Amino acid sequence: MTIELLRFTTAGSVDDGKSTLIGRMLYDTKSLFEDQIAQVEQTSHERGDEYVDLALFTDGLRAEREQKITIDVAYRYFATPRRKFIIADTPGHIQYTRNMVTGASTAELAIVLIDARKGVQTQSKRHGFIATLLRIPHIVVAVNKMDLVNYDQAVYERIVDEYTNFIAKLNAQNVTYIPVSALIGDNVVDQSVRMPWYKGPALLHHLEHVNVGAGQNYVDFRYPVQYVLRPHQNFRGYAGQIASGRIRPGEEVVVFPSGLESRIKDIVTFDGKLDEANAGDAVTLTLTDEIDISRGDMLVRKGNLPQKSNEIDATVCWMSEDPLEVSKTYQLQHTTRHVRAIVNKLNYRIDVNTMHREAAPTLALNEIGRVQLTTTQPLFYDSYALNRMTGSFILIDPATNNTVAAGMIRGETRDVDDLLDVPSAEQARRSQRLQQVVWEAGALALAEREQLNGHKGAVLWLTGLSGSGKSTIAKLLERKLFERRVHTMFLDGDNLRHGLNADLGFSPEDRAENIRRVSEVAAIGFSHANVVLCSFISPYIRDRAYARSVVPQGRFFEIYTKCDLEVAKRRDPKGLYAKALRGEIKQFTGVTAPYEEPQIPEIVVETDIDSPDRIVEKLLKLLEEAGIIPAAL
Amino acid sequence: MREVAAQFERPVLLFSGGKDSILLAHLARKAFYPASIPFPLLHVDTGHNFAETIAFRDQFVRELGARLIVRYVQDSIDQGRVVEETGPYASRNGLQTVTLLDALKEFKFEAALGGARRDEEKARAKERVFSHRDAFGQWDPKNQRPELWNLYNGQKKHNESFRVFPISNWTELDVWLYAQQERIELPTLYFSHQRPIINRDGVLLAASEVVYPVGNERIEQRIVRFRTIGDMTCTGAVESPAASLQDIINEVAAARITERGARSDDKRSEAAMEDRKKQGYF
Repeated sequence: MTIELLRFTTAGSVDDGKSTLIGRMLYDTKSLFEDQIAQVEQTSHERGDEYVDLALFTDGLRAEREQKITIDVAYRYFATPRRKFIIADTPGHIQYTRNMVTGASTAELAIVLIDARKGVQTQSKRHGFIATLLRIPHIVVAVNKMDLVNYDQAVYERIVDEYTNFIAKLNAQNVTYIPVSALIGDNVVDQSVRMPWYKGPALLHHLEHVNVGAGQNYVDFRYPVQYVLRPHQNFRGYAGQIASGRIRPGEEVVVFPSGLESRIKDIVTFDGKLDEANAGDAVTLTLTDEIDISRGDMLVRKGNLPQKSNEIDATVCWMSEDPLEVSKTYQLQHTTRHVRAIVNKLNYRIDVNTMHREAAPTLALNEIGRVQLTTTQPLFYDSYALNRMTGSFILIDPATNNTVAAGMIRGETRDVDDLLDVPSAEQARRSQRLQQVVWEAGALALAEREQLNGHKGAVLWLTGLSGSGKSTIAKLLERKLFERRVHTMFLDGDNLRHGLNADLGFSPEDRAENIRRVSEVAAIGFSHANVVLCSFISPYIRDRAYARSVVPQGRFFEIYTKCDLEVAKRRDPKGLYAKALRGEIKQFTGVTAPYEEPQIPEIVVETDIDSPDRIVEKLLKLLEEAGIIPAAL
Repeated sequence: MREVAAQFERPVLLFSGGKDSILLAHLARKAFYPASIPFPLLHVDTGHNFAETIAFRDQFVRELGARLIVRYVQDSIDQGRVVEETGPYASRNGLQTVTLLDALKEFKFEAALGGARRDEEKARAKERVFSHRDAFGQWDPKNQRPELWNLYNGQKKHNESFRVFPISNWTELDVWLYAQQERIELPTLYFSHQRPIINRDGVLLAASEVVYPVGNERIEQRIVRFRTIGDMTCTGAVESPAASLQDIINEVAAARITERGARSDDKRSEAAMEDRKKQGYF
């Protein structure tokens, strides 16, 4: 099965005949089956079409078949004796830029369809722009419906000239033009006799001969660890797919983020050990040294390192109905690494029709813009231009879990003069701060401290209404942990507001700042291998997401102390509800300010039902099961 | 598959005994070698399976060293969760969905790996590799997450789940070629053999207790093989002398009918597959 595979995407406007073109390719390469043909003939006949509608072969879902437009990415397969093909068929009309980006992300070639009668349209330009943006190595411009312009060479030449002028500005790589008629079949699979003036190859011939693998990076070895295999004590293997480059046993490697060095011992597969593994291969690597490596870490060759930063400059395509929110925390997935990220700044939006940069407060669905991001933990990346695998990422909205953006990394954050607007005061202050402040690495590693302590560091975040029992539980839990010789630290809302946070009130902004400071303090406590107990009302999901973001995954435990509001009011240990109800306290959570319930806390404890002792038992068990503290004897 | 094991706590591999799921289990074995497959296999038994399928399944799973869970459609019928169709055309294929969803719920499986391929049917062509299902196991084709590069988003809420299709991009021919390359053993049903057949509206069904002749239909002995293996009530055979993988590959390469074309349930309506998928069918 060493037959080559070419993935390509097709883009065209609603009536450019894209589905017909694909149908034609499938039909003429005999990739369609008799029952499929019979089905489509029947449908065409029922609808009263005069000819068999080739587009019906590709228009998948019923809803769109009824509307006669494609609405999503559909994948098609066909093969010729020379090559196998996967088509990502993406719709071309304006509201579906996101689908085109999706299809383009894995493609090596893009077919842009232009209707010969209509000439170069705004949409044809947009397709070219997106194909270039996603760095698809080959672009084919198929000038379709030549039959309807009498196979006129002048019409074709005019379109080629116009498009060539346009695409020259985009830094596109290889662009090929082919005049076709999908309906009749001219120059699709077979060379047309009706356009003797055209000397180039038919479309299929081009697809069969274009150089595949042009988008791959064969130089820089990048190996994101996907899964750690530990079947028994004597085997520790790191499973993953080689993102780029190649590797052999014996080569020296560096592990990101730890920076530890080792050598490749073996390349292990089910079919035996390999002498070499290349980009795209799914393998398991073992190292000569025992190093602690987990999913999300990256192995690279010594002397060929990726960039490492948590300040990222990127182009993003927005894919969600909910617009981009500057300063909101998103989940960012990059290779096998999951971190949290905040969009600090939207530099500009790119009008995909004119390619102009324009100032914008946000990005809506299908809009593309340039942003500056900060991630909680650094990314190990290459620019997208150099490496599609380590230069791409997606953003996920933590509230809906939807993929909201596709991102392409340009490099490290910077204030470049081609950014549209002048830096704001905040931006200036920030970049100055970044220049002046150097991160001071601790003398001792977390792992060393944890080993000494005999337990792991963690942040336990108790959130809930005032009077829900957060502090009661936190104190009792701390006592129990103390008895088990666990190093703890206790941060309490009321106490911190007397000192560190004395300058803050209770507005949403001040609450956010309050939590930010607390989170940073908790992170320091954590980095010294303490179990940090934090007891804060922290009513906003966004603020708690920030707290979660400052420590590694698996070390943050959001504990929702759930309590009926009426019960809390009755308890009212500090008489605060009474005051709030009398109007003496403004913005009191549960009375005059909202409490946003945790969506996916690690645990929910119901303090109006369970006793504190039983709750603390549950929490200790949770920590034992998560491997934070050793099990009680 | 490694991505599934890494992103989910409780994945499961749906095993039908058909070639696609055998291949999937084989791939899983390779993916986690030298460790064993870190998730169980689940088989939803309609009770109308070919005896060969069940025998093969048990043997295969034993060799694999994997954990097998079986849930029966019969149990769902007995519990009154579903009502069985009656008459000679009755099929339990549609009922599987309920049993499957119940089983996923019973074990709190968050991600179910399946052997579906996009080339099988038009509605499948738009399926994602990581396909999100709501708390009721339903698929919303209009609200799918975009799948970019090789970054699969497996984030979900409590109670929601994923269907994952690692061999989405394979074609039927790819499957046969791979089986040959890897020397994967397949059930004898896939190879040419003689058996009693009922020709029902052009679909060749295996005669059995649950499939019996009606009207003018009669049982004849034919040399056949199966291209897909499912419920006996709806899996059609093709007449074929192909007795080895190479014979099959030659035949498939020249074939003019899709493998699902031999399944009578898909013919019920053109959008049949899409409707079943929305309800949670694989």
